Order: sequence, then C-alpha cells, then structure tokens
Amino acid sequence: MSLHAIAPDGQDAHEAHAPVFVGARRTELDELLTRYPTKMAALLPALWMLQEDRGWVSPAGMNEVASVLELTPAYVQGVVTFYTMYHLHPVGKHFVQVCTTTPCNVCGAEDVVNAFLRETKCGELGVTSADGRFTVVEVECLGACGFATPVMVNDALVECVSVDSVQDLVAGLD
Amino acid sequence: MGYPHLSHGRETPVISKYFGDAEARTLAGWQARGGYEVLRQALATDPVDVQNVVKDSGLRGRGGAGFPTGVKWSFMKPDGKTHYLCINADESEPGTFKDREIMRWTPHQLVEGAAVAAHAIYAETAYIYIRGEYTEPIARVREAVREAYAAGILGANAMGSGKRVDVHVHKGAGAYICGEETALMNSLEGRRGNPRIKPPFPAVAGLFAQPTTINNVETVCAAIHVLRNGADWYKSLSSPSNPKSTGTKLFSVCGNVARPGNYEVGMGFSMKEFLWDVCGGPPPGRSFKAIIPGGSSVPILTPEECEGAVMDYEGIQAAGSLLGSGGVICFDDTQDMVRQIARLARFYAHESCAQCTQCREGTAWTTKILERIRDGQGTMKDLDTLLEIADNMTGKTICVLSDSCATPVVSGLKKFRHEFEAKIPKNRSSVMVPSFTTAAA
Amino acid sequence: MTAPVAPANPGMVTLTIEGRIVVVPPGTNLIEAAKTAGVLIPHYCYHPSLPVAGVCRMCLVEVEKFPKLTPACATSVGEGQVVHVHSDKAREARKGVLEFLLINHPLDCPICDQAGECELQDYTFAEGRKDSRYMEPKRFNPMEDFGGDVLYVPNRCILCTRCVRFMDVMAKDPVLNVSERGDRAYIGKFEGRDLTHAWAGNVVDLCPVGALLSKDFLNRARAWELDRAASVCPSCSQGCNVMLETRDNVVVRIRPRPNAAVNQHFACDVGRMNYRWINRRDRLEYPVARTANALTPASWSEAVQQAAAAIGGATHVTVLASPSLSNETLFLLSRIAVHVGASSVMTMERGDEVPLPGVPDLSLRAERVANHTGAALFGSTESDAPLASLAAGDVLIVADAAASVTTIPDGVRVVVIGTVLHESLLPHVVAALPVCNFAEEDGTFTNLRGRVQRFLQAKAAPAQARPSYRVVGELATALGAGSFPPLAADVFAVMAATFPAFTGMTYRTLGLQGAPLPLLVEASA
Repeated sequence: MSLHAIAPDGQDAHEAHAPVFVGARRTELDELLTRYPTKMAALLPALWMLQEDRGWVSPAGMNEVASVLELTPAYVQGVVTFYTMYHLHPVGKHFVQVCTTTPCNVCGAEDVVNAFLRETKCGELGVTSADGRFTVVEVECLGACGFATPVMVNDALVECVSVDSVQDLVAGLD
Repeated sequence: MGYPHLSHGRETPVISKYFGDAEARTLAGWQARGGYEVLRQALATDPVDVQNVVKDSGLRGRGGAGFPTGVKWSFMKPDGKTHYLCINADESEPGTFKDREIMRWTPHQLVEGAAVAAHAIYAETAYIYIRGEYTEPIARVREAVREAYAAGILGANAMGSGKRVDVHVHKGAGAYICGEETALMNSLEGRRGNPRIKPPFPAVAGLFAQPTTINNVETVCAAIHVLRNGADWYKSLSSPSNPKSTGTKLFSVCGNVARPGNYEVGMGFSMKEFLWDVCGGPPPGRSFKAIIPGGSSVPILTPEECEGAVMDYEGIQAAGSLLGSGGVICFDDTQDMVRQIARLARFYAHESCAQCTQCREGTAWTTKILERIRDGQGTMKDLDTLLEIADNMTGKTICVLSDSCATPVVSGLKKFRHEFEAKIPKNRSSVMVPSFTTAAA
Repeated sequence: MTAPVAPANPGMVTLTIEGRIVVVPPGTNLIEAAKTAGVLIPHYCYHPSLPVAGVCRMCLVEVEKFPKLTPACATSVGEGQVVHVHSDKAREARKGVLEFLLINHPLDCPICDQAGECELQDYTFAEGRKDSRYMEPKRFNPMEDFGGDVLYVPNRCILCTRCVRFMDVMAKDPVLNVSERGDRAYIGKFEGRDLTHAWAGNVVDLCPVGALLSKDFLNRARAWELDRAASVCPSCSQGCNVMLETRDNVVVRIRPRPNAAVNQHFACDVGRMNYRWINRRDRLEYPVARTANALTPASWSEAVQQAAAAIGGATHVTVLASPSLSNETLFLLSRIAVHVGASSVMTMERGDEVPLPGVPDLSLRAERVANHTGAALFGSTESDAPLASLAAGDVLIVADAAASVTTIPDGVRVVVIGTVLHESLLPHVVAALPVCNFAEEDGTFTNLRGRVQRFLQAKAAPAQARPSYRVVGELATALGAGSFPPLAADVFAVMAATFPAFTGMTYRTLGLQGAPLPLLVEASA
C-alpha cells in the first residue's frame, strides 16, 4: 500500500532526485540542528524545506531527508503521512485550500468550494486542473473562523472569501 | 479589542490592546509601549517569586483545560536537569482564532511572555510550536525573535542578565491533535503527533524526556500583564463574585453573528450582554438557534441556556458546557443542526491520530451514521446507536479527541433531537448500503 | 492524592485482583500482576517483550478509587489497589472495543489462516456482541507482500502496532510504520525496503489477528487441525524454545515457545523455515546388514550383532557423530567410544551470526548445529578432515552425519546409525540402523550457554526406525559397554549419574524451560 499512498499515477517512485540539502540549504539545516538536542527534531523543518524546493515530498525526497537526519525512510514516511500539509503528489501551481469546518460551513463555505472548482476548472476536489495551474481541496479549520471563509492559496491566507469574490481572486492568480 | 471590528466599550483590552496597531509589531514599537520591561525585571527575580505572583493572580491556562498557571510552573524545580518550555500556538480548535491575532499584531508580546515563562520554570530554551497553516503569524513571530536576538534580548546573555534564554519557532504541518500537549511534544521531536500516555507527566518527562511546561500563547501573554501590574490588579479585572476565574479572557466569536472577531472581557462577563451587545447579536433578521461557547469540543448550548450564563470557567460549566478555548460558534435559525453536527464529527474523524481503537473507529463510524441521517437514509435506531457509540468513546482513550467528537453529538441529540427525527423517513427500519468502499478515496 | 499505604509485604506490592490477593514487585503492570493470579486481562497491543503502547484500549479495567477505567498495560500496581477485570463497566468497555474493531474487519474467518488462534475471534466469542450494528460500507485495502515471509492483509489489521514496535525496538530495523491517520491508517512499508531481517518473521506471531501472515504457511492448515509438541529449534546452538506443529504427521510450522532465559518470545526465520527435512520421505526405514556382497534387510538383532562384530574386530574405531544429536544419544555413543577406545569427531556447519538486538544474548548463532556443547562434553572434537586418519581395517561409525562424509579409503568398514543411507557409503556399510530424527523422539540439547533443554516427540517415525538413544544403547550393550535403559528419561538419569556436569538433573526438574548445567550455576555463584 505504500505504493498506493506515495507514488502518484505514472510517476516513478525512484526517479532521479537532485539533493536538496546542499549549499545554502545544508547550511540552513545545520543551523537548525543546533536548536534541538536530537536530529529527529529537525524532521518537520527538513520536510518543509524539501517541499518548498521540490513542490512535494517524493519518496526519493524522503530517502534524502532520512539519510541526512539518520532516520529510516519508513520512519519518515510514517511521519509525512500523518501531517496533511505535506504533499504526497505534485500539486497545481496554486494550491487552494478552502476551510469548510463548521464555523465556516455555517457561513456558506461549501458554496465557496464549488465556486473555486468552477472558476479554476478543476471540477473535482484534489484533482489538478488540466493546465496544471490549480488544485482545490477542502481543509479542516484554518484557525481564522472569524474571517469566514478563509482560503489559503499556497502560503497566503485570504480572509472573508465569498462566492462573489472567488472569480476575481482566481483571475488575479497568474 | 474586537478585531477586525472596532473595540467595544464593554471590553477590557489588556492582551488585545494593540490589535490593529501595526507599530506594535516592531521591536521599537513594542518597547515604546513598555515592552520587555517585565522580562528585564523577571530575569532579575527568583523564579519562585515569579511563580508566586502568577499563582496569586489566579491565572489559569487559556488553552482549554484551565489549569492554574502558577501552580503548573511551580512543578518545575531547580533540579539541574535541562528544562523546556513549549508554547502551544497550534491553535486548531474550530471556532478559536485568538492566538492568531496575538501573534499577528503583537508577536513581541508572545516572545516576551515565552522568555518570562522560560525563566519562571528554570528553562533556557522555549519552543513556540505554531501550526503550519499560520503562515503570517509564523512570519511575524520569526521576525520578532530575530529582532529580539539582534537586540540582545534573547541569547546567551538575555538583556544583560547573564542568563541564557533561547526562543525558537517550530512550524507544524497540519494536525489538529498536535494542540494536545503530549502530541505537540511528539511532533516537536519529529514524530507522528500521537498523544502520549500519562504518566509520566510533562513536568517529569516531557519534551526530549526532560521536565517540560506547555503553556498556551494567551496564557504567557497574560502573565506579562500580571507581573507588570500585580496579582491584585489582575484579579480586579474580573467579577469579584468568582475568585476562581480571574483576569480577562479573549473570546473568539464566529459563525452566524453580526460582528465576528476577538473580544477581550473580564471573567464573569454576562454571556447575554456579550452575544447580543458586544458581538451585535445574530445577523440581521435572524435569531440564534445554538451556541457552542468554548470551541467545537464542548457541549452545545441553546440561546436560552446562554442568557443567564456568565463567561468564566465555572459559569459556563453551570450552564451545561465548558469555557474551553473561548471559541464561541454561533448558529442561527437557518442552520441545519444535523448537517453541522455531522460536519463537526467529520472534522474529528479526519483528525484522529489512529492510536486508540474507540477514537479511530468511533469518530469515522459516527460520521458515517450522521451523514446518512443527513442524507435522509437514517433510521430511528441510528439515534440510539449514536448515543451508545458516544458512550463507548467517552473517557476511555489516551486523549480527549474521542470525547470531543462524542460531546456535540450527545448534546446535539439531546437539544435538537427533533431535527434528527425530522430527517428520518417514516417506517424506515433498515438501509441498503454498498458492501465496500476504498479508504484511499 | 491519598496517603501512601504501608506495604503488607516489604519490598513487594500487595493488591487484590478479581478478589485474589496478589503480591508482585513494584513497577509490575496490572496485566502481568493478574497473570500471577491466573487472571487473563484481555489485550491486543500489549506484549510482554515490547514497549507499552496503550492504544488498543482492550485492557481497560476498573480500579477502585480511580475516576475512570484504566489501561492495565500502562498502570503499575499500587499497594492496596482493588482491581476488577470482570465488572460490568470493564466488560462493557471491552464489548465496545470489540465492536469498534469489528466494524471494518471482514468476517472472513472461514478463509483466514488466523482463525482458531485469533485473539479477535476468541474475545469476540467470549465477550463480544452477538450482532453488528454497523450498516455502513466497510473499508477496503488490497493485500500487500511485505517481503521476507510476510504478507499484509490490511482489512484485518487492528493497528495494535506490535509489528512496528518489534521491527523498531527488537530488530532495530524500522522498516514498518503507521501511515496516515484516523480510520485511514494502515501499516506502511517504504517502497523498496522489505521485511528481510532474519528475525522479521516474528511479526506474524506477534500479530494478534490475521493481518500479517506467513507466506510459507499460507493456506496450509487450519489451526485446529494442528498437533503441537514442545521442542527446541535444531537450526543453531542458541536453542530457541519452539513448538513443532504437525498436521497428519507432517511438520507444517515451527513457532517460538516463550522462554525468558533463551529467546523470550522469538525465533529467527532460518529456524522457522528449516523444517522440510524433518518430513523427508527417502528415509532408511528398516535395518540392513551385509550378507556376502549385498546389503539386505535384516532383523534388528541381526543388524546390531553384525555392527557389533565389525566394531569389535576393528583395528581402530572412529565415531563421526552429528553435533545435532541429543545429549542422550551422544552420551551412549561416548560409552561405545570409551569401551572400544575410539576417537570421536564431529564437523560443524557455520553461517553468519545474526543477533536480535533488542534481546540480550539472542542470536542466530554461527554454529548451525543444535548440540555442539553436548557433543564436546561427551568427548567429541571438531575436525575439518574427520576421516583423514582412517586406514584399512578401521571401522567408522557414522551417526546421523553422513552428509559430512566424503571419500572413504578402501578396507574401511562403516556402521551407519542414521535417518538416511547415503549412496556414497554403500560399498563400505556393514550394517545400517534406522533411527528417528529429533522430531520423532524425546531428548535434550545443551545450548551454547550450557542450558540443557528437553524436546518432545512431535511425529511418528517411519516404519522400523527407532529412537537413536535406544539403537545406540542396544549397540553399546551388544559391545559389552554396559546395560542401558530403553527410555530417554532413564538414559538421561544414567547420564546424569555418570557425568558430573549433569549431576542432579532429571527430566522432571528440567521441565519444558530447561536449566543451566549445575557446574555453570556453581561457577557463576
């Protein structure tokens, strides 16, 4: 099942992987390691660096993180799959997360999701649009409940998105 | 203040005083507002004395459990071991977004609070664990930490005290359960965010197996003001009728309400006045149907139950719910309670860490039944089954996520049973279901 | 907080479990404490050899004065505690856990290898609901080959994590993990890394349900069709305690049998897989003796007499005995050797040593024989070229060691005491005496640490084959080396009376857990 969970369709799990932790990234990681008494504690930050550089956390990337932190790839995989923010597949250029948990749900978040699916032409949750620009997912509570509906586009949080504002928001993304 | 709305006259802004004031974000701005003076004094004070002031103030943990902060600090003895402070900024309880605003507007308030708390528990290192979705708060706090190091406020000789205080920001990666203190420590150590069995308690063996204190963001920020103005001042901010709940509390208000936002009021504030006056009541033309007063994990209240309640730990408990994290979720009369409770259950099913059987299986099962009822495929027997599952999920697991899923189901069924029954087709006693589905879907 | 209670038994903790007084050392958990009183607290994730996880929540018990039910695995005994395992509250909690575990568990016991030895099945029959209230679709995930001998059936998995903890803590080869979370969770394995560790097969035994299966044993037998005999693994000198499991007189599985002093709960894959030879069909099934130029079937007494005559008339006798024979047989061979002035030699198969890091002094040993310690005690010396000094007129006694014989000089006559008759020996054989293999007789091995351990007969011997100690005993008697009893226990008694190393030991005192040689006990005291 590791295969099903990790390797996206048609993607070679063992593709050539250019190391992430070289040069400035290696320096950054080494600095980070001084903050913790164990190497393992740098796992989440290291995975963040991997994802920032590669767009997702590939099996080859997990292998690299495992080797730099002296862990096993299986261990890293167990951790990666626990946290929802690490992408186990490549995603669109704009990764759109719409909060639909109860506080936003009562304010019409599901309609906002549908508006995004329509405007981005993704059609379906979790499916990247044909042009590779968008992936839309529902996300559990973003912790901005007073600003319903909050939407994260990559690292940016957009507050108070309504069905009416989705079109302009999508149009503003390159 | 009621960010994003203007402050309401009935608020008591202490922690939230500088929300919306962009200048307070910088080190210079924070110092101009009296920032880091408390830290300077604290570093020159014996930790026990710091603990005692906080103990006297009656400050209780603002993350949800309400444990007296000074008492928690006093568990940490100068035993020669490495101590750690963890700041819980993994604010994930649906309906709660107060720490977000603290970090966005007053990141130095948190850094100062963390440094003071670290000193109070004989720790040299504090980790601020911020949920990964909080990209802006993370950037603000990281910048504040950078400024504080550059100014010598943090580091090997913090504010010239000769004492080392390190503060590090640690970014989460998407897991509600990491707000549970032992799960947070596991996550910080680079593990799955699984809650740990207690004992050992964190004060004995916590982060990296060392004595550890975990404090909520709001708690350590409140502690600064306690130390600056004294325990008696802090107690004077709240209703004198209940000495068990002192000071101010930031309430996050969301859902179907005229003025959603964060409001800071003294403990013991009238809930009626809070909801209908401070927050402006329900949206125009509507009325409240239900209120969850302390984040999604606490029992649902009816507006009638709220009217006579006061907003402190004991007052909300007397009304039949809990103060929790202070996240007030409002439902107006157009809301379908079955749909919303099902959505809440789905949240918990999504967030269960998978360790305990009751939680892993129970949250998902509960969700499936609720969604079936929502879709008009329920039976009357399902309602009994839901309550029995809830009973089996309560008080039997390592942490309370399982209980938290059961709570809104039980209180929802108790108070809005007619809505569930209305969705159940007459004379239906069984359902047809497909035999298999894939978990990966 | 209650005031500490003065202990009723100093240095120990005294408590009451299900109305029985239990006295155990401090720090003992409630599951182990209950065991001492004969009370089983149902559990899944707890395993005495693994770190406590406390996740299945099956072992919730009621402790008086505790606000909630408590997991027995993660609760240490307290002085004066009163524990209820079978109270209504505890039973209801277990019933709830069982229902939760079953909602997504397929009811495929009829085709599941674990059926009959499945803890989910057992507890469900004992305490579960009669019906299922679950009306939703069941979770489905495909089977996965984990490599090694292990197959994963995720639909049956209850996420107890014993397998993950074993590979992590015991094997120190963490190739398994828990992946995902919530009810989507499953046991994950990183693509390209397999369960190839030499001790990985233990995860199949550790799995309380049918989620991890042995590919070797897959669909071979139902648990209730198996006969089981306590035995000792013959694959190396560690002497892991095992259970030989047979179906219709055929060994189909070897599984570890707990012994805290030797192998805790574990056995390596080499030992588990090395059983097919026990079932060989090309056995020597009746005694043969040489008449004129041919080997012909003979009666036992004819064959023994002929062997004795050859040995008695030899210039020199060499005994080449397998160091995997029992102490009893090797002892009797030593009587012959002493009587006729024979030299005793052995050869040993060797391989890589593979430890199980989580258990002290547990390894697949380099010496891949069961009893070289015993063989050495009885005077056998290891030799790379055991037959180098053979000359015409000599007699070679080959005791279950034919595989190590290469070429035999002309004029050397051979007496075979064995399970098979090798073709290369045929021209030299004067008599061949068919014996049982270790699974067909009783006996003892002495492991490399000097622990003497019994193994019991697990299957019937073919045709006229007799226990090796009896055959060697009769040969010794025929040679005039003494008179020896026909039963293994009695041979052991003679041996213990003869060899000071075994003084005071009997089958009864050894029990099924064995005991260290008395000399070693003295030396370490």
